[in-house]
Amino acid sequence: MAATQEEIVKGLAEIVNEIAGIPVEDVQLDKSFTDDLDVDSLSMVEVVVAAEERFDVKIPDDDVKNLKTVGDAADYILKHQA
Amino acid sequence: MTAKIKPSKGAPYARILGVGGYRPTRVVPNEEILKYIDSSDEWIRTRSGISTRHWAGPQETVAEMSVEAAGKAIADAGLTAEDVDAVLVATVSHFKQTPAIATEIAHRLGAGKPPAFDISAGCAGFTYGLTLAKGMVTEGSAKYVLVIGVERLSDLTDKEDRATAFLFGDGAGAVVVGPSDVPAIGPTVWGSEGDKAETIKQTLPWDVYRGANPEDVRFPAITQEGQAVFRWAVYEMAKVAQEALDAAGITADELDAFIPHQANMRIIDSMIKALKLPEHVAVARDIETTGNTSSASIPLAMERLLATGQAKSGDTALVIGFGAGLVYAAAVVTLP
Ligand SMILES: CC(C)(COP(=O)(O)OP(=O)(O)OC[C@H]1O[C@@H](n2cnc3c(N)ncnc32)[C@H](O)[C@@H]1OP(=O)(O)O)[C@@H](O)C(=O)NCCC(=O)NCCS
Repeated sequence: MAATQEEIVKGLAEIVNEIAGIPVEDVQLDKSFTDDLDVDSLSMVEVVVAAEERFDVKIPDDDVKNLKTVGDAADYILKHQA
Repeated sequence: MTAKIKPSKGAPYARILGVGGYRPTRVVPNEEILKYIDSSDEWIRTRSGISTRHWAGPQETVAEMSVEAAGKAIADAGLTAEDVDAVLVATVSHFKQTPAIATEIAHRLGAGKPPAFDISAGCAGFTYGLTLAKGMVTEGSAKYVLVIGVERLSDLTDKEDRATAFLFGDGAGAVVVGPSDVPAIGPTVWGSEGDKAETIKQTLPWDVYRGANPEDVRFPAITQEGQAVFRWAVYEMAKVAQEALDAAGITADELDAFIPHQANMRIIDSMIKALKLPEHVAVARDIETTGNTSSASIPLAMERLLATGQAKSGDTALVIGFGAGLVYAAAVVTLP
Protein backbone atom coordinates (compact mmCIF):
# COMPACT_ATOMS: atom_id res chain seq x y z
CA MET A 1 0.00 0.00 0.00
CA ALA A 2 1.27 3.45 -0.88
CA ALA A 3 2.72 5.46 2.01
CA THR A 4 1.23 8.78 3.12
CA GLN A 5 3.30 11.95 3.27
CA GLU A 6 3.51 11.59 7.02
CA GLU A 7 4.79 8.03 6.76
CA ILE A 8 7.32 9.07 4.14
CA VAL A 9 8.73 11.87 6.28
CA LYS A 10 8.96 9.49 9.23
CA GLY A 11 10.76 6.96 7.04
CA LEU A 12 13.13 9.59 5.64
CA ALA A 13 13.87 10.76 9.18
CA GLU A 14 14.88 7.23 10.16
CA ILE A 15 17.05 6.89 7.07
CA VAL A 16 18.78 10.25 7.61
CA ASN A 17 19.31 9.34 11.25
CA GLU A 18 20.88 6.02 10.27
CA ILE A 19 23.15 7.52 7.60
CA ALA A 20 24.09 10.94 8.98
CA GLY A 21 23.31 10.55 12.69
CA ILE A 22 20.85 13.47 12.67
CA PRO A 23 18.15 13.28 15.39
CA VAL A 24 14.86 12.02 13.92
CA GLU A 25 12.92 15.08 15.16
CA ASP A 26 15.17 17.46 13.19
CA VAL A 27 14.10 15.97 9.88
CA GLN A 28 11.22 18.28 8.88
CA LEU A 29 9.62 19.08 5.53
CA ASP A 30 11.31 22.45 5.13
CA LYS A 31 14.81 21.26 6.05
CA SER A 32 17.50 21.24 3.36
CA PHE A 33 19.50 18.01 3.29
CA THR A 34 22.86 19.69 2.71
CA ASP A 35 22.42 23.00 4.52
CA ASP A 36 20.40 21.95 7.57
CA LEU A 37 20.94 18.22 7.99
CA ASP A 38 24.63 17.77 7.20
CA VAL A 39 23.84 15.28 4.44
CA ASP A 40 26.57 15.80 1.81
CA SER A 41 26.34 14.73 -1.84
CA LEU A 42 27.54 11.19 -1.13
CA SER A 43 25.34 10.69 1.95
CA MET A 44 22.48 11.91 -0.24
CA VAL A 45 23.16 9.02 -2.62
CA GLU A 46 22.93 6.65 0.34
CA VAL A 47 19.70 8.27 1.51
CA VAL A 48 18.26 7.88 -1.98
CA VAL A 49 19.29 4.24 -2.23
CA ALA A 50 17.70 3.51 1.16
CA ALA A 51 14.54 5.43 0.23
CA GLU A 52 14.22 3.50 -3.03
CA GLU A 53 14.28 0.22 -1.11
CA ARG A 54 11.91 1.37 1.56
CA PHE A 55 9.27 3.09 -0.57
CA ASP A 56 9.59 1.02 -3.74
CA VAL A 57 10.45 3.97 -6.00
CA LYS A 58 13.14 4.62 -8.59
CA ILE A 59 15.00 7.91 -8.15
CA PRO A 60 17.42 8.39 -11.07
CA ASP A 61 20.68 10.33 -10.50
CA ASP A 62 19.40 13.20 -12.62
CA ASP A 63 16.40 13.70 -10.33
CA VAL A 64 18.43 13.49 -7.12
CA LYS A 65 19.86 16.95 -7.80
CA ASN A 66 16.37 18.48 -7.55
CA LEU A 67 15.65 17.01 -4.14
CA LYS A 68 16.94 19.87 -2.02
CA THR A 69 14.63 19.57 0.98
CA VAL A 70 12.95 16.77 2.86
CA GLY A 71 9.68 18.08 1.40
CA ASP A 72 11.03 17.76 -2.17
CA ALA A 73 11.97 14.15 -1.49
CA ALA A 74 8.65 13.35 0.19
CA ASP A 75 6.70 14.84 -2.74
CA TYR A 76 8.81 12.94 -5.25
CA ILE A 77 8.25 9.66 -3.45
CA LEU A 78 4.54 10.35 -3.02
CA LYS A 79 4.20 10.92 -6.78
CA HIS A 80 6.40 8.06 -7.96
CA GLN A 81 5.85 5.22 -5.51
CA ALA A 82 4.58 1.98 -7.01
CA MET B 1 38.38 -42.05 -33.58
CA THR B 2 37.94 -40.30 -30.33
CA ALA B 3 40.97 -41.45 -28.34
CA LYS B 4 41.01 -41.39 -24.56
CA ILE B 5 42.76 -38.24 -23.31
CA LYS B 6 44.60 -38.35 -20.00
CA PRO B 7 43.11 -35.69 -17.71
CA SER B 8 45.27 -33.17 -15.89
CA LYS B 9 45.52 -33.60 -12.17
CA GLY B 10 45.32 -30.60 -9.89
CA ALA B 11 45.47 -29.97 -6.17
CA PRO B 12 42.28 -30.58 -4.19
CA TYR B 13 42.11 -26.89 -3.21
CA ALA B 14 44.07 -23.65 -3.55
CA ARG B 15 45.24 -21.00 -1.10
CA ILE B 16 47.13 -17.74 -0.99
CA LEU B 17 50.61 -18.67 0.20
CA GLY B 18 52.29 -15.28 0.36
CA VAL B 19 51.71 -11.59 -0.26
CA GLY B 20 53.98 -8.64 -1.03
CA GLY B 21 53.67 -4.99 -1.95
CA TYR B 22 55.62 -2.09 -3.38
CA ARG B 23 54.75 1.55 -2.69
CA PRO B 24 56.56 4.25 -4.65
CA THR B 25 58.92 6.40 -2.57
CA ARG B 26 57.30 9.74 -3.38
CA VAL B 27 54.41 10.58 -1.05
CA VAL B 28 51.99 13.16 -2.44
CA PRO B 29 49.91 15.02 0.18
CA ASN B 30 46.58 16.68 -0.60
CA GLU B 31 48.32 20.08 -0.54
CA GLU B 32 50.13 19.18 -3.74
CA ILE B 33 46.87 18.18 -5.45
CA LEU B 34 45.44 21.60 -4.51
CA LYS B 35 47.96 23.28 -6.79
CA TYR B 36 45.96 22.06 -9.77
CA ILE B 37 42.32 21.96 -8.63
CA ASP B 38 40.02 24.22 -6.68
CA SER B 39 39.40 22.06 -3.62
CA SER B 40 40.51 21.66 -0.01
CA ASP B 41 42.25 19.13 2.18
CA GLU B 42 39.04 18.93 4.23
CA TRP B 43 36.86 18.20 1.19
CA ILE B 44 39.19 15.51 -0.11
CA ARG B 45 39.40 13.84 3.30
CA THR B 46 35.68 13.86 4.01
CA ARG B 47 34.60 12.80 0.49
CA SER B 48 37.23 10.15 -0.09
CA GLY B 49 39.18 9.48 3.11
CA ILE B 50 42.44 10.13 1.29
CA SER B 51 45.19 12.19 2.92
CA THR B 52 48.22 11.07 0.92
CA ARG B 53 49.02 8.82 -2.01
CA HIS B 54 52.22 7.56 -3.65
CA TRP B 55 53.14 8.60 -7.16
CA ALA B 56 55.80 6.66 -8.99
CA GLY B 57 58.98 8.25 -10.28
CA PRO B 58 60.55 7.53 -13.66
CA GLN B 59 62.47 4.52 -12.34
CA GLU B 60 59.41 3.01 -10.70
CA THR B 61 57.97 1.50 -13.84
CA VAL B 62 55.10 -0.97 -14.00
CA ALA B 63 57.61 -3.79 -14.47
CA GLU B 64 59.96 -2.56 -11.73
CA MET B 65 57.23 -2.18 -9.11
CA SER B 66 55.85 -5.59 -10.06
CA VAL B 67 59.21 -7.32 -9.70
CA GLU B 68 59.64 -5.74 -6.25
CA ALA B 69 56.19 -6.76 -5.01
CA ALA B 70 56.41 -10.23 -6.56
CA GLY B 71 59.81 -10.89 -5.01
CA LYS B 72 58.37 -10.19 -1.57
CA ALA B 73 55.30 -12.36 -2.19
CA ILE B 74 57.44 -15.27 -3.38
CA ALA B 75 59.70 -14.97 -0.33
CA ASP B 76 56.66 -14.68 1.95
CA ALA B 77 55.37 -17.94 0.46
CA GLY B 78 58.72 -19.59 1.27
CA LEU B 79 59.42 -20.19 -2.40
CA THR B 80 61.94 -19.04 -4.99
CA ALA B 81 61.28 -17.55 -8.44
CA GLU B 82 61.99 -20.92 -10.12
CA ASP B 83 58.99 -22.38 -8.29
CA VAL B 84 56.59 -19.96 -10.00
CA ASP B 85 54.94 -21.64 -12.94
CA ALA B 86 52.46 -19.02 -14.09
CA VAL B 87 52.46 -15.21 -13.97
CA LEU B 88 49.25 -13.18 -14.24
CA VAL B 89 49.44 -9.39 -14.23
CA ALA B 90 46.33 -7.26 -13.74
CA THR B 91 46.86 -3.68 -14.90
CA VAL B 92 45.31 -0.86 -16.91
CA SER B 93 48.36 1.40 -16.90
CA HIS B 94 50.97 -0.56 -18.83
CA PHE B 95 51.23 1.49 -21.99
CA LYS B 96 52.24 -1.18 -24.46
CA GLN B 97 49.35 -3.22 -25.70
CA THR B 98 51.74 -5.88 -26.87
CA PRO B 99 53.64 -7.79 -25.64
CA ALA B 100 52.07 -8.39 -22.25
CA ILE B 101 54.16 -7.00 -19.39
CA ALA B 102 53.76 -10.37 -17.62
CA THR B 103 56.41 -12.05 -19.77
CA GLU B 104 59.03 -9.39 -19.00
CA ILE B 105 58.22 -9.62 -15.29
CA ALA B 106 58.48 -13.42 -15.32
CA HIS B 107 61.80 -13.18 -17.08
CA ARG B 108 63.19 -10.53 -14.76
CA LEU B 109 62.16 -12.53 -11.73
CA GLY B 110 64.08 -15.53 -13.07
CA ALA B 111 60.97 -17.66 -13.22
CA GLY B 112 62.08 -19.65 -16.28
CA LYS B 113 59.46 -20.05 -18.99
CA PRO B 114 56.09 -19.92 -17.23
CA PRO B 115 52.87 -19.07 -19.04
CA ALA B 116 52.44 -15.31 -18.54
CA PHE B 117 49.75 -12.88 -19.57
CA ASP B 118 48.01 -9.64 -18.62
CA ILE B 119 44.45 -9.18 -17.39
CA SER B 120 42.35 -6.12 -18.19
CA ALA B 121 39.59 -5.96 -15.60
CA GLY B 122 39.97 -2.52 -14.06
CA CYS B 123 39.84 -2.42 -10.28
CA ALA B 124 38.57 -6.01 -10.24
CA GLY B 125 41.72 -7.18 -12.03
CA PHE B 126 43.34 -8.66 -8.94
CA THR B 127 40.28 -10.67 -7.86
CA TYR B 128 39.81 -11.85 -11.45
CA GLY B 129 43.44 -13.01 -11.39
CA LEU B 130 42.97 -14.72 -8.04
CA THR B 131 40.02 -16.62 -9.47
CA LEU B 132 41.98 -17.73 -12.54
CA ALA B 133 44.91 -18.76 -10.35
CA LYS B 134 42.69 -20.88 -8.13
CA GLY B 135 41.30 -22.58 -11.21
CA MET B 136 44.77 -23.26 -12.61
CA VAL B 137 46.03 -24.77 -9.36
CA THR B 138 43.03 -27.01 -8.81
CA GLU B 139 42.81 -27.99 -12.47
CA GLY B 140 46.49 -28.84 -12.58
CA SER B 141 47.91 -26.52 -15.24
CA ALA B 142 50.12 -24.79 -12.64
CA LYS B 143 51.24 -25.45 -9.10
CA TYR B 144 52.33 -21.97 -8.01
CA VAL B 145 50.72 -18.99 -9.68
CA LEU B 146 51.95 -15.44 -9.17
CA VAL B 147 49.13 -12.88 -9.35
CA ILE B 148 50.22 -9.24 -9.56
CA GLY B 149 48.09 -6.09 -9.48
CA VAL B 150 50.09 -3.06 -10.58
CA GLU B 151 49.24 0.51 -11.59
CA ARG B 152 50.79 3.84 -12.39
CA LEU B 153 47.47 5.66 -12.39
CA SER B 154 49.25 9.00 -12.00
CA ASP B 155 50.06 8.61 -15.71
CA LEU B 156 46.35 8.37 -16.48
CA THR B 157 45.21 11.13 -14.13
CA ASP B 158 44.10 14.50 -15.42
CA LYS B 159 45.61 16.62 -12.66
CA GLU B 160 43.13 19.38 -13.41
CA ASP B 161 40.02 17.22 -13.20
CA ARG B 162 38.35 18.00 -9.88
CA ALA B 163 36.49 14.71 -9.90
CA THR B 164 39.54 12.46 -10.08
CA ALA B 165 42.77 14.40 -9.47
CA PHE B 166 42.86 13.48 -5.78
CA LEU B 167 41.74 9.86 -6.11
CA PHE B 168 44.41 7.83 -7.77
CA GLY B 169 47.73 6.42 -6.65
CA ASP B 170 50.49 4.11 -7.86
CA GLY B 171 51.87 0.84 -6.57
CA ALA B 172 52.04 -2.92 -6.93
CA GLY B 173 50.77 -5.83 -4.88
CA ALA B 174 51.27 -9.54 -5.46
CA VAL B 175 50.27 -12.91 -4.10
CA VAL B 176 51.35 -16.47 -4.78
CA VAL B 177 48.51 -18.97 -5.07
CA GLY B 178 49.34 -22.66 -4.59
CA PRO B 179 47.98 -26.03 -3.49
CA SER B 180 46.04 -26.60 -0.28
CA ASP B 181 44.54 -29.59 1.51
CA VAL B 182 41.57 -27.55 2.72
CA PRO B 183 39.41 -24.97 0.92
CA ALA B 184 41.10 -21.57 1.39
CA ILE B 185 39.65 -19.57 -1.50
CA GLY B 186 35.87 -19.66 -1.59
CA PRO B 187 33.62 -19.52 -4.65
CA THR B 188 34.03 -16.28 -6.60
CA VAL B 189 30.93 -14.21 -7.25
CA TRP B 190 31.82 -12.21 -10.34
CA GLY B 191 30.42 -10.54 -13.38
CA SER B 192 30.22 -7.47 -15.58
CA GLU B 193 27.67 -4.76 -16.39
CA GLY B 194 28.53 -3.51 -19.83
CA ASP B 195 25.51 -1.21 -19.88
CA LYS B 196 27.52 0.93 -17.44
CA ALA B 197 30.71 0.87 -19.52
CA GLU B 198 30.66 4.64 -19.86
CA THR B 199 30.67 5.39 -16.12
CA ILE B 200 34.44 4.84 -15.68
CA LYS B 201 36.59 5.05 -18.75
CA GLN B 202 39.68 6.32 -20.48
CA THR B 203 38.74 9.64 -22.07
CA LEU B 204 40.17 8.86 -25.51
CA PRO B 205 41.38 5.73 -27.29
CA TRP B 206 45.09 5.66 -28.12
CA ASP B 207 44.46 5.87 -31.85
CA VAL B 208 43.35 9.50 -31.60
CA TYR B 209 47.05 10.19 -31.92
CA ARG B 210 47.21 8.65 -35.36
CA GLY B 211 47.82 11.54 -37.70
CA ALA B 212 46.96 14.11 -35.02
CA ASN B 213 49.19 16.90 -33.89
CA PRO B 214 50.05 15.77 -30.32
CA GLU B 215 49.57 19.34 -29.12
CA ASP B 216 45.95 19.28 -30.21
CA VAL B 217 45.10 16.15 -28.25
CA ARG B 218 45.02 16.00 -24.49
CA PHE B 219 46.71 12.87 -23.13
CA PRO B 220 44.07 10.25 -22.25
CA ALA B 221 43.01 10.03 -18.61
CA ILE B 222 40.51 8.11 -16.53
CA THR B 223 37.19 9.88 -16.02
CA GLN B 224 34.13 8.77 -14.14
CA GLU B 225 30.58 9.64 -13.27
CA GLY B 226 31.34 9.75 -9.57
CA GLN B 227 27.82 9.62 -8.18
CA ALA B 228 26.65 6.86 -10.51
CA VAL B 229 29.68 4.77 -9.57
CA PHE B 230 29.23 5.56 -5.89
CA ARG B 231 25.59 4.48 -6.02
CA TRP B 232 26.47 1.26 -7.82
CA ALA B 233 29.24 0.50 -5.35
CA VAL B 234 27.27 1.07 -2.15
CA TYR B 235 24.16 -0.69 -3.40
CA GLU B 236 25.10 -3.42 -5.86
CA MET B 237 28.56 -4.26 -4.51
CA ALA B 238 27.35 -4.73 -0.97
CA LYS B 239 24.98 -7.35 -2.38
CA VAL B 240 27.80 -9.05 -4.29
CA ALA B 241 29.92 -9.10 -1.12
CA GLN B 242 27.05 -10.73 0.76
CA GLU B 243 26.64 -13.30 -2.01
CA ALA B 244 30.33 -14.20 -1.73
CA LEU B 245 29.90 -14.75 2.01
CA ASP B 246 26.83 -16.91 1.40
CA ALA B 247 28.58 -18.88 -1.34
CA ALA B 248 31.44 -19.66 1.06
CA GLY B 249 29.02 -20.56 3.85
CA ILE B 250 30.52 -17.88 6.09
CA THR B 251 28.59 -15.46 8.28
CA ALA B 252 29.74 -11.90 8.97
CA ASP B 253 30.48 -13.04 12.54
CA GLU B 254 32.97 -15.61 11.31
CA LEU B 255 35.00 -13.05 9.35
CA ASP B 256 38.27 -11.70 10.74
CA ALA B 257 38.99 -9.17 8.00
CA PHE B 258 37.32 -7.23 5.21
CA ILE B 259 39.56 -6.15 2.32
CA PRO B 260 37.50 -4.30 -0.28
CA HIS B 261 38.95 -2.49 -3.26
CA GLN B 262 40.17 0.85 -1.92
CA ALA B 263 38.04 3.15 -4.07
CA ASN B 264 36.69 5.58 -1.50
CA MET B 265 36.52 5.40 2.31
CA ARG B 266 32.85 6.33 2.12
CA ILE B 267 32.15 3.25 -0.01
CA ILE B 268 34.02 1.11 2.53
CA ASP B 269 32.02 2.59 5.44
CA SER B 270 28.75 2.06 3.62
CA MET B 271 29.59 -1.57 2.82
CA ILE B 272 30.45 -2.27 6.46
CA LYS B 273 26.96 -1.10 7.41
CA ALA B 274 25.21 -3.00 4.65
CA LEU B 275 27.03 -6.22 5.54
CA LYS B 276 26.48 -5.58 9.27
CA LEU B 277 30.11 -6.41 9.96
CA PRO B 278 30.74 -6.80 13.68
CA GLU B 279 33.33 -4.66 15.49
CA HIS B 280 35.93 -7.41 15.63
CA VAL B 281 36.33 -7.51 11.84
CA ALA B 282 39.54 -5.72 10.81
CA VAL B 283 38.75 -3.43 7.89
CA ALA B 284 41.39 -2.45 5.33
CA ARG B 285 41.56 1.35 5.16
CA ASP B 286 44.75 1.58 3.19
CA ILE B 287 43.15 4.19 0.92
CA GLU B 288 43.95 6.91 3.47
CA THR B 289 47.65 6.86 2.62
CA THR B 290 47.60 5.02 -0.70
CA GLY B 291 44.66 6.42 -2.68
CA ASN B 292 42.88 4.28 -5.22
CA THR B 293 45.48 2.05 -6.90
CA SER B 294 42.94 0.05 -8.93
CA SER B 295 44.12 -3.55 -9.37
CA ALA B 296 46.94 -3.12 -6.83
CA SER B 297 44.69 -2.01 -4.00
CA ILE B 298 43.60 -5.35 -2.54
CA PRO B 299 47.00 -7.06 -2.32
CA LEU B 300 48.54 -3.82 -1.01
CA ALA B 301 45.83 -3.51 1.63
CA MET B 302 46.15 -7.20 2.51
CA GLU B 303 49.89 -6.86 2.94
CA ARG B 304 49.44 -3.84 5.22
CA LEU B 305 46.73 -5.45 7.33
CA LEU B 306 49.07 -8.39 7.99
CA ALA B 307 52.20 -6.26 8.45
CA THR B 308 50.52 -4.04 11.05
CA GLY B 309 49.13 -7.01 12.95
CA GLN B 310 45.49 -6.01 12.39
CA ALA B 311 45.02 -9.42 10.78
CA LYS B 312 47.10 -12.56 10.98
CA SER B 313 47.94 -15.59 8.90
CA GLY B 314 45.05 -18.06 8.86
CA ASP B 315 42.42 -15.38 9.35
CA THR B 316 39.29 -15.46 7.22
CA ALA B 317 38.90 -12.42 4.95
CA LEU B 318 36.34 -11.19 2.45
CA VAL B 319 37.86 -9.57 -0.64
CA ILE B 320 35.92 -7.67 -3.30
CA GLY B 321 37.18 -5.86 -6.37
CA PHE B 322 34.99 -3.62 -8.55
CA GLY B 323 35.53 -0.96 -11.16
CA ALA B 324 35.74 0.03 -14.80
CA GLY B 325 33.74 -2.23 -17.06
CA LEU B 326 31.85 -2.22 -14.91
CA VAL B 327 33.25 -5.45 -13.49
CA TYR B 328 33.35 -7.08 -10.08
CA ALA B 329 34.58 -10.17 -8.25
CA ALA B 330 34.32 -11.17 -4.60
CA ALA B 331 35.44 -14.19 -2.57
CA VAL B 332 36.23 -15.33 0.96
CA VAL B 333 39.88 -16.30 1.45
CA THR B 334 42.18 -17.55 4.17
CA LEU B 335 44.97 -15.03 4.67
CA PRO B 336 48.55 -16.14 4.05
C1 LIG C 1 34.59 11.40 -6.81
C2 LIG C 1 33.65 11.66 -5.66
C3 LIG C 1 34.41 11.74 -4.35
C4 LIG C 1 32.97 12.99 -5.93
O1 LIG C 1 32.01 13.26 -4.94
P1 LIG C 1 30.56 13.78 -5.36
O2 LIG C 1 29.83 14.03 -4.12
O3 LIG C 1 29.99 12.82 -6.33
O4 LIG C 1 30.92 15.14 -6.06
P2 LIG C 1 30.01 16.03 -7.00
O5 LIG C 1 30.71 16.16 -8.29
O6 LIG C 1 28.61 15.60 -7.00
O7 LIG C 1 30.12 17.40 -6.26
C5 LIG C 1 29.48 17.67 -5.01
C6 LIG C 1 29.89 19.06 -4.57
O8 LIG C 1 31.30 19.10 -4.30
C7 LIG C 1 31.95 20.02 -5.18
N1 LIG C 1 33.19 19.40 -5.64
C8 LIG C 1 33.37 18.50 -6.62
N2 LIG C 1 34.65 18.13 -6.71
C9 LIG C 1 35.30 18.83 -5.76
C10 LIG C 1 36.64 18.90 -5.34
N3 LIG C 1 37.60 18.15 -5.91
N4 LIG C 1 36.95 19.69 -4.32
C11 LIG C 1 36.01 20.45 -3.70
N5 LIG C 1 34.73 20.44 -4.05
C12 LIG C 1 34.37 19.63 -5.07
C13 LIG C 1 30.99 20.24 -6.30
O9 LIG C 1 31.19 21.51 -6.88
C14 LIG C 1 29.66 20.12 -5.61
O10 LIG C 1 29.38 21.29 -4.92
P3 LIG C 1 27.91 21.92 -4.93
O11 LIG C 1 27.02 20.88 -4.34
O12 LIG C 1 28.05 23.14 -4.09
O13 LIG C 1 27.60 22.19 -6.35
C15 LIG C 1 32.60 10.55 -5.54
O14 LIG C 1 31.65 10.68 -6.55
C16 LIG C 1 33.18 9.15 -5.59
O15 LIG C 1 34.15 8.85 -4.94
N6 LIG C 1 32.55 8.27 -6.36
C17 LIG C 1 32.99 6.92 -6.47
C18 LIG C 1 34.10 6.89 -7.42
C19 LIG C 1 34.95 5.70 -7.32
O16 LIG C 1 35.17 5.16 -6.28
N7 LIG C 1 35.46 5.30 -8.47
C20 LIG C 1 36.36 4.24 -8.60
C21 LIG C 1 35.64 2.96 -8.58
S1 LIG C 1 36.78 1.73 -8.99
